[in-house]
Amino acid sequence: MSESQPPLVRVRGVDKVYHRGSEDIHVLLNLDLDVHPGEFLALMGPSGSGKSTLLNLIGGLDRPSQGTIEIGGERIDEISSRQLAAWRARHVGFVFQFYNLMPVMNAERNVELPLLLTHLNRGERRQHVETALHVVGLADRSRHHPRQLSGGEQQRVGIARAIVTDPTLLLCDEPTGDLDRKSGDEILGLLQALNREQGKTIIMVTHDPHAAQRASRIVYLEKGQLVSERPS
Amino acid sequence: MKFFRLVWGNLWRKPLRTTLTGLSVFVAFLLFGLLCVIRQSLTAGISMAGADRLVTRQKVSIIQMLPVSYGDRIAQIPGVAAVVHQSWFGGIYKDPKNFFPSMPVQPEKYLEMYPEFVLPEAQRKAWIADRRGAIVGRSLAERFGWKIGDTVPLMSPIWRRADGSGAWEFHVDGIYSGAKKSTDTSQFFFHYKYYDEGRSFAKGMVGWYTVRVKDPAKADEVAKTIDAEFANSPYETKTEPEGAFAQAFAQQVGNIGAIMMSIQAAVFLTILFVAANTVAQAVRERTEEIGVLKALGFSNRMVFGLVLAESLLLAAVAGLAGLGLIWLITLGGSPSPAFLPVFYFPIPDFMVGVFLVALLGVFAAALPAWQAMRMGVAEALRRAT
Amino acid sequence: MNGLINWFVQVTSLTAFNLRTIPERRGSALSSVIGIAGVVLVLVGVLSVASGFRRAMVSSGSPSEAIVLRSGSDSEMTSGLGRDEVRVIEDAPGIARDASGPLASAELFVIINLPKRSTGTDANVSLRGISPAAYAVRGNVRIVAGRRFTPGRNEVIVGAAAAGQFAGLDLGQDIRIGQNDWHVVGIFTANGDVSESEIWTDASVLQPAYHRGDTFQSVYVRLASPGDFKAFKDSLTTNPQLNVTPVRLSDFYAEHSTVVTEFIQRIGVVIALLMALGALFGALNTMYSAVAARTREIATLRALGFGSGPVIVSVLVESLALALVGGVVGGVAAYLAFNGHKTSTINWQTFSQVAFSFAVTPGLLARAIVFAMTIGLVGGLFPALRAARTPIATALREV
Repeated sequence: MSESQPPLVRVRGVDKVYHRGSEDIHVLLNLDLDVHPGEFLALMGPSGSGKSTLLNLIGGLDRPSQGTIEIGGERIDEISSRQLAAWRARHVGFVFQFYNLMPVMNAERNVELPLLLTHLNRGERRQHVETALHVVGLADRSRHHPRQLSGGEQQRVGIARAIVTDPTLLLCDEPTGDLDRKSGDEILGLLQALNREQGKTIIMVTHDPHAAQRASRIVYLEKGQLVSERPS
Repeated sequence: MKFFRLVWGNLWRKPLRTTLTGLSVFVAFLLFGLLCVIRQSLTAGISMAGADRLVTRQKVSIIQMLPVSYGDRIAQIPGVAAVVHQSWFGGIYKDPKNFFPSMPVQPEKYLEMYPEFVLPEAQRKAWIADRRGAIVGRSLAERFGWKIGDTVPLMSPIWRRADGSGAWEFHVDGIYSGAKKSTDTSQFFFHYKYYDEGRSFAKGMVGWYTVRVKDPAKADEVAKTIDAEFANSPYETKTEPEGAFAQAFAQQVGNIGAIMMSIQAAVFLTILFVAANTVAQAVRERTEEIGVLKALGFSNRMVFGLVLAESLLLAAVAGLAGLGLIWLITLGGSPSPAFLPVFYFPIPDFMVGVFLVALLGVFAAALPAWQAMRMGVAEALRRAT
Repeated sequence: MNGLINWFVQVTSLTAFNLRTIPERRGSALSSVIGIAGVVLVLVGVLSVASGFRRAMVSSGSPSEAIVLRSGSDSEMTSGLGRDEVRVIEDAPGIARDASGPLASAELFVIINLPKRSTGTDANVSLRGISPAAYAVRGNVRIVAGRRFTPGRNEVIVGAAAAGQFAGLDLGQDIRIGQNDWHVVGIFTANGDVSESEIWTDASVLQPAYHRGDTFQSVYVRLASPGDFKAFKDSLTTNPQLNVTPVRLSDFYAEHSTVVTEFIQRIGVVIALLMALGALFGALNTMYSAVAARTREIATLRALGFGSGPVIVSVLVESLALALVGGVVGGVAAYLAFNGHKTSTINWQTFSQVAFSFAVTPGLLARAIVFAMTIGLVGGLFPALRAARTPIATALREV
């Protein structure tokens, strides 16, 4: 994790403006940020500070009003929305606060979902799904539907879904926001392990200082700008 | 195909709603099929018409009769391959409501003119040899339970017997079946000679002629020649293709095609609206799931496709079940042979049904799928939290 | 008493609450309204054909008119009467008389082919030869254009409905029938009855044109009073010189209209029932989603002390309200689209065309609305029961 390596994520001069009626809301202002391969970065800040917006921009869910976003050498602010979708499928895994699993499918099928976009055949998909569920410790729950799982278990399925394609970047939006302390700790431990043992680069939005402690670096946002930065 | 589970799973998110929508689509296509069958039955004569056959009738009205001698004169006209005559007997069996088409014909020539009436050779010979013989269509025979060898008395309000006796008696010598599904097998044919000798008036007169032309391309020309032959005679004729004759006959009832079409259109639009609303509702409820799919890397097109596929799948399962049920019902035969002598689901109509199923699936989902496609990912996800 | 008032207050407040939230569910509410409107439109449309046809037929027969046919004939088509028989019939008791003699018209009935204006295909049109007394027998014939035909000439007068439905029957035109040309000298109305679908000429001119000698097919008579029918009938049926059947004209036409109207009604009812089933599923969908969307609100209200009865009633009222709107919309649309639409169809008994107008009658509309409300009632019942039965605790947790 030497500083000499080129950054994996390179955000330069990014503005994000939303239009609400006739009013312009500046969510991000001339923001710069680098994230290096293998980092576990926590994005903190009060609500409305723009941390989720920044995460969405990095994940290619939204486009900056101004500035550039380069990920692994690719300018994702420039490519078409179709290319962007394909890029997300290949490079990004998302973990959501409310897990956002498909209620109509069991754990296995939920994890398999992003693999449907690959060329893997049925057997290969099954193998990847098994591995991912094993990593998150839910191998024995693969046939359960979301409503049959606890919050912590659902989030593990969410993480398995995010890592099953072996993405470059893992983006987590308040992954413990809906969990009790114990389950939250387990999820954070899992993320930490993924970071340390498998070298996953993780960016996590959180407003919980306790969660942020698990990251290797913490960045604070306020009113759309980086205000301070420190290693945890 | 690997997306099938996703589509199928989404479909059953609200089983009750999906079932109800499916049932309304099912009923709509049941109705569609039923109307097709009824229309086919009411206009059966048109599809039965041969391209090489003409009908020559009295110009003033089909009710007026023509001399039997016209047959020989028509046969001499160049381009005419064969000619037979038929007359309207109007027979009823026991009760006026037991009504069916019954006609005196020349047996041998008639069967040659209409190869679509299929009769076993032995029965054909028996009929030709028996002056009081008759052949009945399969559906007619089933309607009254007639068997070969039965003696059937018919009354006619038009034709009374010269000897004053009430009923005309016929022997059932044969039961014919149709070469095609569209063939009407509800008719009753018997010897012209028996009829002509027995009737009390209008002897030597027949209802109308059917003419086979050698070359269908010259049918119009032959028709004009026939009518010119009898112009300025006491019995002027009007000759037209069998199809046009049958069509005019069907149109007498009313514009059946247009009536059926407008009912079908009303049904289709109504159900379309109901189905479209269901799909829209299902998509609205899933906003955040669609956002997740997009975050996972599903392109807008794929999301559009998934919504469309879901709607198409529902329409296909329910619609095809409706069409299939009608098809099964028609295999069982006509529930009302008197009104609907021909009872089957024509293949072209079935194909139109399949096309409408697809159309319903696409149209019901078009707007919601478009909205799902256009939905911004970040926005969709935000709406969830 | 207090309990009843309380119950009533609960029902009204819940119902008002439900109805107020309809705009938030306008998509599904609209689909239910349109579904029901569609059913009503088709039902009324199909049945208006039957009622229009029946109206044309039934209005034709007055109880103080009678028709005499040969025994065993069920229509003029198959009947035949000689001049001698006609004379005997004219002298029968019970027939009204005026200065020129008994009000009895011996008539001839033939069919000619004319193209329908709507499709261009040939249709069978009735051509009737009448005796001079026919106008007085019918009593409702009005010449609206031109004049009456002159007896002895090849002239015809045309019923207004026939003139509208078939080509070539305008005033002043000639119709070629066989080798004779017939000149159209007048257009008549007859109070909307079947005569308006016919062409009339002098029977004595029609007889030779059709090689009929001195024979007729029917005798129409006007009775001195409706009560005289029995005497009239008895004198004819007991007369050994005659072999005829007199029928009151109203009964005659009613009998003639049953085949067509029953067929249309049977098909119409099958179609409407199937469509209603489809719409019922749509309505159930609407009401289930309406209830589902408010599961928590309903549970909250019940937790606050509202009873299940008022909950059920309020859901039913909403469903009925939507059905009523659908029924009215469909009925009005059907009225605008179909009422008065002119068409013609074949009357199998006479093998000739009867022109008539679709009739969307108040009775028909009332039946359609009742039908719509029934769909609404059934469509609301199960969702209402579900709303009232869900355990409050479960419902409160539902998001």
